[in-house]
Amino acid sequence: MSSQPYIVSASPHVHSARTSAALMYDVVIALVPAFLVSLYVFGINALIATATAVISCILFEYLIQKYLLKTAVTIGDGAALITGILLAFNLPAGIPVWMIVIGSLVAIGVAKLSFGGLGYNIFNPALVGRVFLLVSFPVEMTLWPTAVENNTTIVDAVTGATTLGLIKDGLQFGQTMTEISTQIPSTTDMFLGITSGSLGEMSAIALLLGGLYLIGRKVISWHIPVTVLATIAFMTGIFWWIDPEVYADPLIHVLAGGAILGAFYMATDLVTSPVTKKGMVIFALGIGVITVVIRLWGSYPEGISFAILIMNAFVPLINSYFKPRRFGSKIKAKMM
Amino acid sequence: MLKTFPKGGIHPPENKLTSSKPIKRLPVPKVVYVPIAQHIGIPAEIIVDRKEQVEIGQVIAKSGGYVSSNIHAPVAGTVTKLDKIVDTRGYKKQCIVIRTDAKNEANFEDIEYPLIKEITLEPEEILQRISNFGIVGLGGATFPSHVKLQVKKENKLDCLIINGVECEPYLTADHRLMLEKAEEILVGIRILMRALHVDRAIIGIENNKRDAIESFKKLTTEDSRFQIAALKVKYPQGGEKQLVRALLKREVPKNGLPLDVGVVVHNVGTVYAIYQAVQHNRPLMERVVTVTGKKLDNPSNFWVKIGTPIGDLLEAVGGVPEDTRKIVSGGPMMGKALKSTDVPVTKGTSGILVISADEASRGAPKNCIRCGECVDVCPMGLEPHLLMNLSEKGMYEKAAQEDIMTCIECGSCSYVCPSHRPLLDYIRFGKSLTSQLESKKA
Repeated sequence: MSSQPYIVSASPHVHSARTSAALMYDVVIALVPAFLVSLYVFGINALIATATAVISCILFEYLIQKYLLKTAVTIGDGAALITGILLAFNLPAGIPVWMIVIGSLVAIGVAKLSFGGLGYNIFNPALVGRVFLLVSFPVEMTLWPTAVENNTTIVDAVTGATTLGLIKDGLQFGQTMTEISTQIPSTTDMFLGITSGSLGEMSAIALLLGGLYLIGRKVISWHIPVTVLATIAFMTGIFWWIDPEVYADPLIHVLAGGAILGAFYMATDLVTSPVTKKGMVIFALGIGVITVVIRLWGSYPEGISFAILIMNAFVPLINSYFKPRRFGSKIKAKMM
Repeated sequence: MLKTFPKGGIHPPENKLTSSKPIKRLPVPKVVYVPIAQHIGIPAEIIVDRKEQVEIGQVIAKSGGYVSSNIHAPVAGTVTKLDKIVDTRGYKKQCIVIRTDAKNEANFEDIEYPLIKEITLEPEEILQRISNFGIVGLGGATFPSHVKLQVKKENKLDCLIINGVECEPYLTADHRLMLEKAEEILVGIRILMRALHVDRAIIGIENNKRDAIESFKKLTTEDSRFQIAALKVKYPQGGEKQLVRALLKREVPKNGLPLDVGVVVHNVGTVYAIYQAVQHNRPLMERVVTVTGKKLDNPSNFWVKIGTPIGDLLEAVGGVPEDTRKIVSGGPMMGKALKSTDVPVTKGTSGILVISADEASRGAPKNCIRCGECVDVCPMGLEPHLLMNLSEKGMYEKAAQEDIMTCIECGSCSYVCPSHRPLLDYIRFGKSLTSQLESKKA
């Protein structure tokens, strides 16, 4: 009988073909439609911003892992690529390149690698980068190039305001929603993405397309995006029903700003969202509520980045309270 | 609507390469190696000596206690050695080596036993015979069958479930047996119903075995006590707790047995062995083994004498291919990888799976990205990523609180993990240390 050495390992002896890198590249694919829209709307600026963020995120990860931490370099796993794309998608198209580089350093260096790298970070790296830039450079971070008109020039000569910004300013100056509604883009334009805003957040249709792809490929489940958007729509709907002259209608709240981008791509980040479906719903509810509170009563017109980061901090707690029901336990687990 | 269990589960590629291959009889080996610990519980006690002549079917090792089982000579011949050899689990175990007597005709008879439908034995006699003839669970767990049949009134037993699920990829031993011995299996079920005093039996079969489902349905149309249930193809549906949940919507309590919800579960292979024992006085000396693998010349199903070296089985399917890197006893999800082909077939060997180089190695483990896939697929409602973490850090008390001991080791978590983390390896490790701690406390 033969005596050549066979591999002796414990079961299971087969493995599904899915790898974490494959999951990451699915996210990249899902972001392509939104990127194409932003190329159309913001032109070359969108390309410059995205390329800068992606290159600097990957480069920083490489440099820090190789020379500072002296650990294995993981730039091939696709995570840094996604962080770069998502960071760019959360920035105004005309932002100076050096700021993008700083944002990338904060995202990769501070938010991800200082926590221990992929899987150990508590906060969504791209959002940490964005929020860092927002509080550091409030002016540049809110200079929104207007849509389509200047998509061949590199400089951000013409600037407009975002829908949510217009509403917030208008209400502060005592205008009613009827008056404001003449200044903001139509919901059709918002749905298609012919509007001003962060690079990748404007086109609802493109983002939904990618989101459906992710759900179809089972990279994400519907729980987080649906709950976030439903919570935003429901809460803003109540206030709009109470007084439609002071509160914008729920459709505007869902389509404008970063609600869809946040709900499908940022809040669903596997590492920084809860593990169980029950936990996901609670987490998403929190994001929806905090977003609406900031939008309606906070000083920033948009609040989903803050909302996601705040709820990121609760994820370990949510995970330890919302456990799957154990098979054969007669009494349902606590806190259900 | 096909029945299934509600929480968790996976659907790996089925790869049932041998489902249309009739069971052939493997030539009787020249030497058999019969371990005395082929079942869960106390090993049997050897009652033969070196150089002793043994007859086929003679008891060569006697049941060592209540949860134990007799072991019979699978061939007539001479005991040449009482030796320790490595078994399919990888441990050195006491073993009786018998050289087959090439002149003894009993070794080579190939008779088809006529179907005997009439059951003449009383329940106590049935139990006695199952116990005497060394019947153990052939689905893989090898729990002595007579122990499972000790049912008290207060158990309120009302249903016998026959496990014909065979949810492991590749394996077709139960499938073929159901096709070729359907009537015998039905008699076996009636024997069990008589022994258990129940008048309801459900045969659970996954829907990828339509032919078996149809044939049982045809044979039981006139008997309302039988129900043939088609199940959705989902691993690990053959797990007792999952099967009971799928068929009866009853949940076996944590740390409990199916009997706690009024059910006894037996595998179809076991039922056939019980038929042979009760109706034909045949002890458990052979079983069906699927020998399979994508690169094999001729993957097959065999009737194999207990104690046959696995090398003989591989010879019979055209030899081990060049690029083989792993040989598994059992299915790909729960089987044991073997160090060599020298180990013998035992009562629990349902299949031999040959895995080539491209499939044998695991991906390098990466960081957990907390995707929650392992939590989604765990049929026991556990959190494998957490249990692995706790085991890795030696936090066994906490692991016990998180129900690590209820893990059925189906491997679904390790199967789906996109970061190739050795989840089940660590959970097994944690389980063994947790149980040590618990037994120290007790």
